Amino acid sequence: MGDAKVIPFDDDRGRPRGAAGPPDGQRQGQHQGQGQHQGQGQHQGQGGKGADRSPAGRQTPARSSTARSSADRASRRPPLTTVPDQGPGEAAGTGPETYPGQDSGHGSEEGLGKDQATSAAREPGPAGGDGGGGLLQRMLGAGWEEQAARGLAFLRRRVTGEYEVDDFGYDEDLTDQVLMSLLRPVFEKYFRVEVRGVENIPADGAALVVANHSGTLPLDGLMLQVAVHDHHPADRHLRLLGADLVFMLPVVNELARKAGHTLACAEDAQTLLERGEVVGVMPEGFKGLGKPFADRYKLQRFGRGGFVSTALRAGAPIVPCSIVGAEEIYPMIGNSRTLARLLGFPYFPLTPTFPWLGPLGAVPLPTKWTIQFGEPLPTEGHPPEAAEDPMLMFNLTDQVRETIQHTLYKLLVRRRSVFF
Amino acid sequence: MGKVVLVTGVGRPLGARFVRRVRREPGVSRVIGVDTHPPADPLGDAEFVRADIRQPAIGKVLAEHAVHTVVHMDLHGTGLTPGGGGRGAVKETNVIGAMQLLGACQQTPTVGRLVIKSTTSVYGSAPRDPAVFDEATPARSLPGGGFAKDAVEVEGYVRGFARRRPDVAVTVLRFAHILGPAAESPLAAYFSLPVLPTVLGYDPRLQFVHDDDVVEALRLAAAEPGVGTLRAGTFNIAGDGVLPLSQCARRLGRPTVPTLLPAIRWGGGALRAVGLTDFSPEQLRLLTHGRVVATGHARDVLGFTPLRTSAETLEAFAENHGLGLLPPAALSRAVDRVAGLLPGKPAPSARAAGAGSEEEVRRDG
Repeated sequence: MGDAKVIPFDDDRGRPRGAAGPPDGQRQGQHQGQGQHQGQGQHQGQGGKGADRSPAGRQTPARSSTARSSADRASRRPPLTTVPDQGPGEAAGTGPETYPGQDSGHGSEEGLGKDQATSAAREPGPAGGDGGGGLLQRMLGAGWEEQAARGLAFLRRRVTGEYEVDDFGYDEDLTDQVLMSLLRPVFEKYFRVEVRGVENIPADGAALVVANHSGTLPLDGLMLQVAVHDHHPADRHLRLLGADLVFMLPVVNELARKAGHTLACAEDAQTLLERGEVVGVMPEGFKGLGKPFADRYKLQRFGRGGFVSTALRAGAPIVPCSIVGAEEIYPMIGNSRTLARLLGFPYFPLTPTFPWLGPLGAVPLPTKWTIQFGEPLPTEGHPPEAAEDPMLMFNLTDQVRETIQHTLYKLLVRRRSVFF
Repeated sequence: MGKVVLVTGVGRPLGARFVRRVRREPGVSRVIGVDTHPPADPLGDAEFVRADIRQPAIGKVLAEHAVHTVVHMDLHGTGLTPGGGGRGAVKETNVIGAMQLLGACQQTPTVGRLVIKSTTSVYGSAPRDPAVFDEATPARSLPGGGFAKDAVEVEGYVRGFARRRPDVAVTVLRFAHILGPAAESPLAAYFSLPVLPTVLGYDPRLQFVHDDDVVEALRLAAAEPGVGTLRAGTFNIAGDGVLPLSQCARRLGRPTVPTLLPAIRWGGGALRAVGLTDFSPEQLRLLTHGRVVATGHARDVLGFTPLRTSAETLEAFAENHGLGLLPPAALSRAVDRVAGLLPGKPAPSARAAGAGSEEEVRRDG
């Protein structure tokens, strides 16, 4: 989009400068972030040097702006900045002065690590006592034993069927252990999703998250689910409402049910909201998902506004959510209506790569995403009969739609490039 | 002088169990069991009347004994005698039998309460349906045939009867899949197969209800309402909780064979032809899309809370019928053996055994 040239926020001006600056400064910034995560041991090992550096690192504009924009995120997990993401061990191995070990008690292993350079630096040290375990640890990374034990415990639960599934078929165990682990790399590494304002989803009780829909394939829904699952402080789970096509396709319907999705109908939404769940809905449906590339970021009609009456009946706040970046993953430049009718799909996308390159063409473009949750819109103040009032419905629907559209524009203006 | 209760379908174990149970009720003076075949299980001191509910003679039975409560349990997917009559006869018993019985009830002024044992199959199962049905949910795709269609038609006649005789308290109980020692249902037959064919790419959600809960729900519905409860209307009866078919198979220790839908249709027909199992199209649809009902209405209005959850019902079924080729305990031990191979822990078993068990696990998982 043309907006790539419009960079009005100081936020974005700072970032390229920081990246283009001397590599030493960048290293400092990263080092500082590391110190926050590793805790006390680092400071003891470094003494005065580290103390000297941290203010310098804080003065780097890139550092301060990112910290400001995503302060809550940085406190829980390593920030997803343009700085290449390196594991703590790896980063520590790059320079001798930044190699304090995980804790100061293992001086001898520190010496060994220095000799073997970076490969041994990944190994945290203390558990590498016996030869076989050390080798495995070098191959599989730190903490693999617990991971293996956890994996086996999971396997035991699965093969014996000792897990719980709710009425909608939501398999929390499978979702947490497998489905989210599969989606997380896509979320963090491929689309590098920046999540903003996730605390707008209440920590308890029902809420209806209303988001825009785009991208030809509903990857935005899945990323939204990961965003809520991984980033919400109260560990909420998003229950998405899907089109009936999702529940007709083999394999897809099975996975969707297990991931906690259900059919987008008033009954299911109502039941879920009454149980106090966070329900996610994309009212544009196929109109938004399969719109041509030229119409990107133009919100389509919001269904018939059924989501508003459902939220009103349940008294659940509506959280508007804007997703930027999903529009460009499959630029849909054409639609083969004949094929779509033949296959029974609402549209059959033609993109610059699909179906010309075959399965390779189905790989989404690695765009940079932003998911912004807006201020919740309370619905409690209305009388019970309000859910039947069409005028109020239209007003609230428009209000939600406008909020999402305006946030989309704001995020687009703020965006530096489609891919970074 | 207490009430007279007439129970149809006592030729089956579940009907006989209900007769024995309702005989012990305080307000009941006589219990009359009706069926075309003498019951296999004893009825206790209840009377058995050999009558065909498809014939008008049933009206005479009702009038002769001044019946107050009619419990219609003769609504089944399969014939009473194995291989007897086939689908046509079953349908006639279900539909014509219900019509005759309702006609007879309408003619008999003493009748004051009618209880119908129906099924949750009336909701059908389709991908467009809501995930959880409650009593008011209209089925988006009506069952096209088989037992489910019979049940839909019978419920239609029952509604007509309720309009014509507003003085009779009519209760329709829609039961989920009944599993238990006394019940023989198509699903129980399916779960008894050594290897469960499933539909590739679908994992239906299932609910079960135990025999004991069926008898208890029928007893509640047939009794006079207590304080704060209403014994008329339509109620879903199912154990709490939901199990996907894959989970059922794992808990029963039976391996599954995911099969393409056309193949299972053909194979199911072949199995039915040799009389191994009843793989009707409606059961196939159930095994594709599954069905879950809400039971809150029965809890709030009827005052019925199932004693056993779906999972406990399945466990009881597994105890009765034995576990399959891959019992969960053995699989769990296999995983433990693999866990034992991890360094840093005692490794008791040889590596070869571990590899074998891993393969076993992979086959199931």
